[in-house]
Amino acid sequence: MLACQDLKIEFDRKQVLKGVTLAFPAQKISAIIGPSGCGKSTLLRAFNRMHDLTPGAKVTGSVTLNGVEIYHDAEDPVLIRRRIGMVFQKANPFPTLSIFENTISGLRLSGVGNRGLLQEAAEKALVDAALWDEVKDRLKSSPMSLSGGQQQRLCIARALAVDPEVLLMDEPCSALDPIATSKIEELMFRLRERLTVVIVTHNMQQAARASDRTAFLWMGELVEEGETEAIFTSPKKSMTEDYITGRFG
Amino acid sequence: MMSSHRLRKFHGRLMETVCLLAALAAVVPLFAFLWHLVAMGAGAFSPALFTHLPMPPGELGGGLKNAILGSVLVVGTATVLGIPVGIGAAVFMTEFARPSLTSALRFACDVLSGVPSIVMGLLAYQVVVRPMHHFSAFSGSIALAFIMLPVVVITTQEMLRLVPHSLREAGHALGIPAWRIASSISVRAAAPGILTGAILAMSRIAGETAPMLFTSFGNPFLSMDPKAPIATLPHTIFTYAISPYEDWHRLAWGGALILVLGILGATLLSRLILWWHQRSLNS
Amino acid sequence: MTRHFDQDLQELKAGLLAMAGQVEEMISLTQQTFHERSNPIAERIALLDKIVDESELKLDQTCIDLLALRAPFARDLRLIASSLKIVPELERIGDHCTNIARRALILNPQPPVLKGDALRRLGEETQSMVRRAVDAFINGDGAMARQVILADDVVDRLYLQLFSELLRGMLADPLCIERSTHLIIVIKNWERIADEATNIAEEVLFILEGVNVKHRYLQDPPKH
Repeated sequence: MLACQDLKIEFDRKQVLKGVTLAFPAQKISAIIGPSGCGKSTLLRAFNRMHDLTPGAKVTGSVTLNGVEIYHDAEDPVLIRRRIGMVFQKANPFPTLSIFENTISGLRLSGVGNRGLLQEAAEKALVDAALWDEVKDRLKSSPMSLSGGQQQRLCIARALAVDPEVLLMDEPCSALDPIATSKIEELMFRLRERLTVVIVTHNMQQAARASDRTAFLWMGELVEEGETEAIFTSPKKSMTEDYITGRFG
Repeated sequence: MMSSHRLRKFHGRLMETVCLLAALAAVVPLFAFLWHLVAMGAGAFSPALFTHLPMPPGELGGGLKNAILGSVLVVGTATVLGIPVGIGAAVFMTEFARPSLTSALRFACDVLSGVPSIVMGLLAYQVVVRPMHHFSAFSGSIALAFIMLPVVVITTQEMLRLVPHSLREAGHALGIPAWRIASSISVRAAAPGILTGAILAMSRIAGETAPMLFTSFGNPFLSMDPKAPIATLPHTIFTYAISPYEDWHRLAWGGALILVLGILGATLLSRLILWWHQRSLNS
Repeated sequence: MTRHFDQDLQELKAGLLAMAGQVEEMISLTQQTFHERSNPIAERIALLDKIVDESELKLDQTCIDLLALRAPFARDLRLIASSLKIVPELERIGDHCTNIARRALILNPQPPVLKGDALRRLGEETQSMVRRAVDAFINGDGAMARQVILADDVVDRLYLQLFSELLRGMLADPLCIERSTHLIIVIKNWERIADEATNIAEEVLFILEGVNVKHRYLQDPPKH
């Protein structure tokens, strides 16, 4: 289970997240919704310590994975990121590597050399990402020959090959057409059986369709959080109601 | 009295003509020179040019073998010294350094790349020739490496900057260590551009003459000893061109043509690399 | 920010209110038929019933269209989902009124069977429940909706009272069996109208508060 407690984040003294406390239960899909600029992506990136790479970013508060603090000095961010994977808004496969090499890049570039292991891991990851049937005959070809939706599933396979416990998805479908989107939502449902999935989305319908729990963020603060059905049929806060019915944002 | 439409058309045509004339003024002399060079130099082309050593003045049939091999040694050594250091520095600047440090280093490189080559020659003279107490191929290589270094750093850095940051982010998100991201993702993605930059830097230093005057110093005989003075092609061209001997003039034109053909070859090679890389991405 | 959608929702509400207005008119005309036998009244009730049926079809379609095209959430969703349930309730109230009016026309020329004003009070109480349920919908008044739900007990008691009076009457005097049977059907219809008003009030509470208050016995702990 992934959780944060009183998480505050500032960039060059500008406060972006103002003390957020949230928990994402294991083996569930949790969605984070909110208007542009409310801090959703900033919140998501705190969970795999991506802000360590941004000069001028300051993270305070606690983030725990299964009860263990991930921002502890003794924890190696590289190892954290192998347990908490991330998929980005625009698919970013490595253009100079083949489809197969892309899939196992996380493993190989972290030191795994055994060919047999890599082949197994690649096939499993591509099956989990619902891409195997479409690429099994062209594993050596360039990922740039795939469609946008296929490239994004390749990126998901690449993230899954490292066998993480959590998968963070930052608006993974916003650049995709509805059919590609629904394929990814289907595979999210299957992934839920073994992983915790956290998805940031600006698409209300997607949050309603694809998540078990939903958290609504506004201007860096958590407004409301709960079961998705409850949030979308009878939200408790009027701000939540106004946002999801499209009255602002 | 012209209507405004015809006036505009006239102005348009006028500007076009002026620009065309400017383009011709730039290109025509260049082609004229190349034509002249080929005409003069082709007269010197023969297997002897490449296989014979220079003859004393007055005797015919000399060649540029020592200068050609000398250039290969000096430029080759400079490349082995300069390229890895240059690429390493650029990788440090793009992948690891703080932005303030990177811009300071880049400023230094920008300044150094503008320093006249004779000044670099002087530096190599001070640093290598004087302690060694004589001229040497090695000091020539050092001078050329100094010249090459900022150029390689700048082009490598520009190529690395072109690699989208999203690829590095993807690498980090997979839990790949930073040094591995630099080598296997950034450098690998920028490799064709880096290689091209290296080839062009090499072809540039191959033509440097001024620093050679007091580092490698020139040598009428064949020598492949790094600690001894050595002949290089541009230096030899200089020496032969200002000499009073017709035969040496002929050799100088031949050498000039060899240099220009070398640069042409390097440019074509770099285009070929880029084209091949583009093709393999699209397949 | 006002949305184009808000206009559609206003039109839906207006349609529902118009339908409720027609149904309320039918109820008051129905009560009149107990006092005077009049063909114009009977014709007016039949016409209103037809209009109410047409409204049901139109409003059903409006709700489905809004669900398909607007993918509503929260209060908007509850309003549309509840409207889909309120519309048939109103239509059924109209049908019950038609039934009552028909029997009133048969009973009017004959001597009355019931003594006292319980029947009139049954009609008035039911009419009041329907009016208050519609008001609760218009004004978003949760307290009034709750009153309507409680008032159902009053109507049930009146119904039972009238039912036993009619039964005793039939046992005592076989000649009044035919009239009593009609009256039993009449009071049953009034009681059903009151139930439908209660259902409407429960839907209003769902729209306002997001809580489903139906079938309380399933949620409340069993009483000994």
